[in-house]
Amino acid sequence: MELLRFATAGSVDDGKSTLIGRLLYDSKQIFEDTLEALEHTTMLRGEEGMNLALLTDGLRAEREQGITIDVAYRYFATPRRKFIIADTPGHVQYTRNMVTGASTADMALILVDARKGIIEQSRRHAFLASLLGVPHLVLCINKMDLVDYDQEVFERIKAEFKEFAAKLDVRDLQFIPMSALNGDNVVDRSANMPWYEGTSLLHLLEEVHIASDRNLIDCRFPVQYVIRPRDDKHHDYRGYAGQVASGSYKVGDDVVVLPSGFTSTIASIDTADGPVEEAVPPMSVTIRLTDNLDVSRGDMICRPNNQPHISQDVEAMLCWFGERAQLQPGVKYALKQTSKWARALVKDLHYRLDVNTLHRDEDATSLSLNEIGRVTLRTTAPLFSDDYRRNRATGSFILVDEASNDTVAAGMIV
Amino acid sequence: MQRIISHLDALESESIHLLREVAAEFERPVLLFSGGKDSVVMLHLAKKAFWPARLPFPVMHVDTGHNFPEVITFRDSSVARLDVNLVVASVQESIDAGRVVEETGPNASRNRLQTTTLLDAIEQHNFDAVMGGARRDEEKARAKERFFSFRDEFGQWDPKNQRPEIWSLYNGRHRKGEHIRVFPLSNWTELDIWQYIADEEIELPPIYYAHRREVFRRDGMLMAVTDFLQPGDGEEVFEATVRYRTVGDATCTAAVASTASSIEDVITEVAASRITERGATRADDKFSEAAMEDRKREGYF
Ligand SMILES: Nc1nc2c(ncn2[C@@H]2O[C@H](COP(=O)(O)OP(=O)(O)O)[C@@H](O)[C@H]2O)c(=O)[nH]1
Ligand SMILES: [Mg+2]
Repeated sequence: MELLRFATAGSVDDGKSTLIGRLLYDSKQIFEDTLEALEHTTMLRGEEGMNLALLTDGLRAEREQGITIDVAYRYFATPRRKFIIADTPGHVQYTRNMVTGASTADMALILVDARKGIIEQSRRHAFLASLLGVPHLVLCINKMDLVDYDQEVFERIKAEFKEFAAKLDVRDLQFIPMSALNGDNVVDRSANMPWYEGTSLLHLLEEVHIASDRNLIDCRFPVQYVIRPRDDKHHDYRGYAGQVASGSYKVGDDVVVLPSGFTSTIASIDTADGPVEEAVPPMSVTIRLTDNLDVSRGDMICRPNNQPHISQDVEAMLCWFGERAQLQPGVKYALKQTSKWARALVKDLHYRLDVNTLHRDEDATSLSLNEIGRVTLRTTAPLFSDDYRRNRATGSFILVDEASNDTVAAGMIV
Repeated sequence: MQRIISHLDALESESIHLLREVAAEFERPVLLFSGGKDSVVMLHLAKKAFWPARLPFPVMHVDTGHNFPEVITFRDSSVARLDVNLVVASVQESIDAGRVVEETGPNASRNRLQTTTLLDAIEQHNFDAVMGGARRDEEKARAKERFFSFRDEFGQWDPKNQRPEIWSLYNGRHRKGEHIRVFPLSNWTELDIWQYIADEEIELPPIYYAHRREVFRRDGMLMAVTDFLQPGDGEEVFEATVRYRTVGDATCTAAVASTASSIEDVITEVAASRITERGATRADDKFSEAAMEDRKREGYF
């Protein structure tokens, strides 16, 4: 069974949590004791029926305020696939938690309230999903029950969003009219919207093709850990453990180790279950080479004829998450990329992006919480990287404040 | 070529990646091992992550002194078979040292006292990363956990102010006295765990499979009669065929009526179950809606 990760996005009250509750409920994945607790809490709150949003809003503060503050992960499976859902918050204030949920997603569902149409948060989240390279985007036009299931409303919102999305880099974009509350087009196609010819959301989740979203071309293996047993039985064993970031590795392949540039050949690809002939993402394996080289954590095993950029100068888009401090040129941070830590100096902020209009403000001198900008960094050691658009695993990094240890930015190399 | 990776292979890879990150980035990591199924799977994954080398960190059991004897026997045989170092942190010693006070009354449990014992042990051994087998599908507060979860110098979790965790770039930086809890099984569900146990032929304590046992009914749950838990007035003792879905303190972990005596039976049962594993078996979560969140804030597993 294949695994699909998806994230919900959209503004507050557009129905994200309700939609997830509906998916779980209709696919019979909610347990009875959870349902009882849900009915009980709904009643205590003086509401009627069952508030499906309470399924994911698990923190006391979230229930008290009736909002989603942090990502909640939920799981369900159908006979076809297993799903990991990240239910993300809609408030601008918690954008960083939306980015957390979307960063590993195969698909993003952006909810829109049919009565309100496309608003700033819809654009912001669509932009973030495209910036984060989420391969599949679905615009869920929700609360169709409140606009009499009117096709014109759907078509108008769809057209407006398409115009905006044309400016983004979205590979696969779909539109579904639905009512999360009533279940229209969530699990089954709705009889209330006979004019809609597409599939239900669940059908799409089960069928969307994701195996080819992986980069199987550029071989990138960040060395995570060196395995040296040093016991009698495995006295000379020296293996390089890691998770394949991209590409396909086979026994006998010629490889080059960065940064040393030494070349060798793959002697074996080991796992505790025995050797394998080939390793592809996201497999965690241990590679042994035919030559005795000096290889350590942070190095990268690649193919000689297809190497990443090797540079201390990094051009990137940055989402700023720091609450206590703004991003300012001249400041240094700790940077983590693949299995490597370095220090990074912010040399230049080229512009700040208005995510609503995509306008570039070139006079900007800083980035505050949840703002996005284009920067140049200089790092203490060369990074082995690819453009984020081509490779999510080697094109991404985080910045960490060296005093507070907070994660203050997500970076995407351009 | 498509090369579809199965969900269990994807989960295994993700967990192994996390375990290796911990070994690479921390000075004194420790893996919590109780003999319960999740920690057994976590230890199995850790052995695989570093194979053919030994585990580069010890395992620790927070022993309430109220465990099922079958589980302690299993713990000790596993540790010997897998050649790992075991640290035992004892709640009884915390009580004897006056660090905590034993609860009294019919529902007295050492469950909550474990937090102090755990935090004291972390401090005493200078552990900087503590790996636990908690899963996000277990409980709504756990659904909010990061893989790398920061704990301050008091061991506290601040769920409203968690570090963003983007891609698989984990930030384990902390100051002295603070530590990181790591949850390599975050994305596994109860059913994934059982399917993996079947696929990998992992051995478990026998009480996970159906057996005959003396039990009594309390708050709708089947509690075993043990040295630590006796029936109260009017609670009738009877023999039943039961098994355990979770294994914790004998005073607050209930059995479920079940005839599932093989791994295949268990998988069928779990797949058809309409009640969550904690809801079916844990008295400790029933006190309030936010019981788990409150315990976790204080530093619980
Ligand atoms: N009428 C109607 N109400 C909905 C629908 N989906 C969600 N709602 C309501 O909108 C409110 C906000 O939903 P919630 O799921 O908490 O939104 P979130 O903030 O995006 O997670 C709740 O009162 C829901 O019951 C829908 O399809 N139709
Ligand atoms: Mg919500």
